[in-house]
Amino acid sequence: MMKTQSNPLAGRRATWALLLVSMLAGLLLWEGVVRSSQLPAFILPAPGQVWARFLSALGDGSLGRHIWVTLQEVVLGLVSGSLFAAALGYLLARSPRLERMLAPYVVASQSVPIVAIAPLLIIWFGPGLFSKVLICALIVFFPVLINTVVGLQAVPQDLHDLMRSLRASRWQTFRLLELPAAMPVFLGGLRIGATLSVIGAVVGELVGADRGLGFLINLGRGGYDTALVFVAVFTLIALALTLYGLVLLLEARLLWWQRKSQTSEG
Amino acid sequence: MPSLTKPLLQASQLAVTFRDGRLELPVLDELSFSVQRGEFLCILGPSGSGKSTLLRVLGGLLPASRGGVHLGGQAVQGPPPGVGLVFQHANLMPWRTVQQNISLPLELAGEDLTAASQMLELVGLQGFEDSLPSQLSGGMAQRVAIARALVQDPQVLLMDEPFGSLDAITRERMEDELLRIWSTQRTTVILVTHDISEAVYLADRVLVLSPRPASIRLDLRVSLPRPRRQAQRYTPQFGALAAQLRAAIESPA
Repeated sequence: MMKTQSNPLAGRRATWALLLVSMLAGLLLWEGVVRSSQLPAFILPAPGQVWARFLSALGDGSLGRHIWVTLQEVVLGLVSGSLFAAALGYLLARSPRLERMLAPYVVASQSVPIVAIAPLLIIWFGPGLFSKVLICALIVFFPVLINTVVGLQAVPQDLHDLMRSLRASRWQTFRLLELPAAMPVFLGGLRIGATLSVIGAVVGELVGADRGLGFLINLGRGGYDTALVFVAVFTLIALALTLYGLVLLLEARLLWWQRKSQTSEG
Repeated sequence: MPSLTKPLLQASQLAVTFRDGRLELPVLDELSFSVQRGEFLCILGPSGSGKSTLLRVLGGLLPASRGGVHLGGQAVQGPPPGVGLVFQHANLMPWRTVQQNISLPLELAGEDLTAASQMLELVGLQGFEDSLPSQLSGGMAQRVAIARALVQDPQVLLMDEPFGSLDAITRERMEDELLRIWSTQRTTVILVTHDISEAVYLADRVLVLSPRPASIRLDLRVSLPRPRRQAQRYTPQFGALAAQLRAAIESPA
């Protein structure tokens, strides 16, 4: 019994150790390629050079400013996109007729790559914060919408019948049944949305911006400062991972009942 | 015990027809019956005979195509107050604890939640207040469902094959448990089942439905003494009643 209790923790430690080993291996490989190929730093900078560039960009405060800009776009886009998607998803799940009417538009909007319409949005709404938030929101919209609809449609009919027989109000049914029942699937959509939102922000900044991590990539490329491009890319990865982790934390908080029942069955 | 006073529930010429485009599927055909206050009524029928549909109509979840239901003198239009519903599967909310599942009806009605603790005790689940449904066995989950249905002290308890998904031993235990609860709460029970023996064991009266469209084939009074004990299943009277019900079910239309 003691053994099974300590296992999850040991397993987690082993996972971290493996992660660390694979990252070290990656860095070593990278360093090896740089040394053996003797490529110039503007083609492939060594890990040490990227680290130094990271420290300098951090030191003069420029990196922090760009991170802040991108972070705002990503978070505002994610939040507004998910809110709109959840609201529309709720309406679509409630009304099959509305779903049939709107489904072609929703699907059509998804078949146009965001890269293709980003320039239009920048032209219409300028190179400022708003157009980037809009791009993020658009890219987040679809997966959250779909998962909201799927999550709500999966609520068991018997529980709906129970709520009806107990004469629950529309609001009570939403708050006590639909919201918690659809939450696991909805959060799955939010998880996808969180990483997509980062992509949306970078696309918007690459197309037209004078700040943000996407702009930093453009800046590094223009000035043959490839180490800076690496710094920006790694920062973006870290940003996406952090957001993803935050959604996972949210899941752990809201879906405690799923984890508890799993461990009890094990 | 049934009495000659005004019936608690009255179904008059109840008919339900499902429509799917041009297709018409008659499910219930002019059913009329009444249930006395405190009576334990079993509705017995083969699978797909419309038993569940009938229960949904009685509970106001499904409107009748023709005819109607009166509960306590009031015409049923939509789910009336004072009806407790128990489904074939416990139908609990997996994110609510046992206690929270039982108190759901009280919470919805804005009533005091303390009655939930008494119900928890009544169904013998003390110590499981904070368990989640996924941590319960099938029988325990169904106890929670029964407690939830009883927590507002309903006039009538509608049960749709409540023990259908339980194993035979748990099932017998739950039948005894239900009879014990029924004798202390004095609620009226309408229980749908396809199990002849269960119907005889539980009921004051059994209605046998014909295959779809369902009409009443037999209205049989079960005059076995109470409290019932599982050993009664092996008495000649029990067997005779069961045989009568079987004959009614199997008779050609």
